[in-house]
Amino acid sequence: MQQEEILVDVKNLVKYFPVKKGIIIQKKIADVKAVDDVSFSIRRGETMGLVGESGCGKTTVGRTILQLYRPTSGQVFFEGVDLAKLKEKQLRPIRRRMQMTFQDPYGSLNPRMSAGNIVGEPLIVHKMTKNRAEYREQVAELLMTVGLNPYMSDRFPHEFSGGQRQRIGVGRALAVRPSFIVCDEPISALDVSIQAQLINLLEQLQEQFGLTYLFIAHDLSVVRHISDRVTVMYLGKIAEITGRNELYENPLHPYTKALLSAVPIPDPVVESQRERIVLQGDVPSPLHPPSGCVFHPRCPIAIEECSQRKPELRLVSPDHWAACIRI
Amino acid sequence: MGKLLDVKDLATYFFTPEGVVKAVDGITYDLNEGETLGLVGESGCGKSVSALSVMRLIAKPGKIAAGEVIFNGQNLLELSDDEMRHVRGKDIAMIFQEPMTSLNPVLTIGTQLIEPLMLHLHMDKQAALNRAAELLEMVGIPEAKPRLADYPHQYSGGMRQRVMIAMGLSCNPKILIADEPTTALDVTIQAQILELIQRLNKELGTSVLIITHNLGVVARYADRVNVMYAGKIIERGSSRDIYKHPRHPYTLGLLASVPRLDESVKEKLIPIEGFPPDLIELPKGCSFMARCRYAIDRCATEIPPLMAVSEGHTSACWIWEKLGAEERG
Repeated sequence: MQQEEILVDVKNLVKYFPVKKGIIIQKKIADVKAVDDVSFSIRRGETMGLVGESGCGKTTVGRTILQLYRPTSGQVFFEGVDLAKLKEKQLRPIRRRMQMTFQDPYGSLNPRMSAGNIVGEPLIVHKMTKNRAEYREQVAELLMTVGLNPYMSDRFPHEFSGGQRQRIGVGRALAVRPSFIVCDEPISALDVSIQAQLINLLEQLQEQFGLTYLFIAHDLSVVRHISDRVTVMYLGKIAEITGRNELYENPLHPYTKALLSAVPIPDPVVESQRERIVLQGDVPSPLHPPSGCVFHPRCPIAIEECSQRKPELRLVSPDHWAACIRI
Repeated sequence: MGKLLDVKDLATYFFTPEGVVKAVDGITYDLNEGETLGLVGESGCGKSVSALSVMRLIAKPGKIAAGEVIFNGQNLLELSDDEMRHVRGKDIAMIFQEPMTSLNPVLTIGTQLIEPLMLHLHMDKQAALNRAAELLEMVGIPEAKPRLADYPHQYSGGMRQRVMIAMGLSCNPKILIADEPTTALDVTIQAQILELIQRLNKELGTSVLIITHNLGVVARYADRVNVMYAGKIIERGSSRDIYKHPRHPYTLGLLASVPRLDESVKEKLIPIEGFPPDLIELPKGCSFMARCRYAIDRCATEIPPLMAVSEGHTSACWIWEKLGAEERG
């Protein structure tokens, strides 16, 4: 089965950000454990959803896969090659195959570059066009692909709406014909009626170009809609990985259950019958994560052992992994 | 249930160099005692401005151009600034969208919490501090007393929003206006805050006007819903009416464009094409017409008023009956 081919394989990925003290002589005093021993794989052609609350490390996972941050330890295999071992120069040709779209449609586009130049820059960087005419033609085609009019290519970012800017960001990612795109919260800054336009665009592009997505978001309804499988993260660790329907119909990890029950459904009849689990307290600081299972201080079913033993991410049922000793 | 707040033909305009922005363009609604009323719409539709107008917190170049806001038998728009100050925070309180920026960063939480208590309820400082600690515990901040001396940056986002709620409720207001109270917060914290607002609504009988773009939040918490588009209310009804039998193409569009958590089939979403209109140059007829799949000739020339669909359910669409027939068929 072609679907089973693994495109991205993340093994024991760790990314710590050092916290330093002192102005001239800097001393490392602690680590922010943004990503702490994370393993998962993404199959070719699928959309892997990555959800969690802010600060859980989901964006760091995306950036570390693309080697925008170099991992502290662990491996990231892309088409069988371990990217963590490669030098910058060796990485460059591979970077063409993997791209990213960013969360903030305002901050992620250079305000002094026209839409056409933003979308076309990767073509120049990777020397993908032979001459000016071909460049122009490709830029026009890219703009059309993402649903913008080629005559808009001379306009600057401030002349576009949020949704259109996000389209420019998608166009820039598509320019180098990647096989893998990390979509980091692509719709969270957009209005409801515009969100659907972008979701549909991403789905259509995936079909058209056979793309593989890592779709990072905190909105679980959107993730369920667009993903094939979903990874749930909490405080730098993976809580659960499974197919999207399995996750929503049969969540195993208590954090996943709470997260799902926190999302309101736009239907008052369904809402009145739903069970709600309201978690107490806030997400702890990744500077000092709790001992044992990082979720245990907020967990409604935690037992003594949870504060001592780190739960392994284990296969509970076919294609369903969870990291909880109470399952 | 009696009417607590009665807003009639309220219009708030912003006089900018580019022209007059009709942010709120003649809206009428009421809020009953003990009720939770939802106000839904996209950014720029005028939902926040309409709430700020009720509080008379519109700054220049904005101006409340017309209308009445009747509360307790008096028109708030006719009160002097001084009289209004006695209503604001005491009878009608508001919590804002951004808990990060709505608190003063150089004053302690305690100082900010006791201000309304001393001002409106004439408590002395000690009594006010005791009451402030009680309030913080009521909104779920443990060991509240020592934490009164903390500054806002020492609180997390969810806790700051709790402080805002505590402050809003400090004088037992009759109405609490919550403007996107959870937008900046994480899902699990969002649930905590909304459950808290609902609990206070039930226990203290405070009427709540909840303003949000999140259709799910409204479905879960509101009794009745107003849907706004381009400065006007375009549909109103009970939550059940709005979600099960929408009779305005915009409401229909909104519902079809959001993915639902309980939907298993990977169906295509149906987005609303195009963009909201420019509020400076509103079209002559229905402002949703340019994006509407059902538009007829009449929509271009006549602005549809709110028409009765059924008891308590109104829609500002010329062809609401057709939408109903389609649903049945």
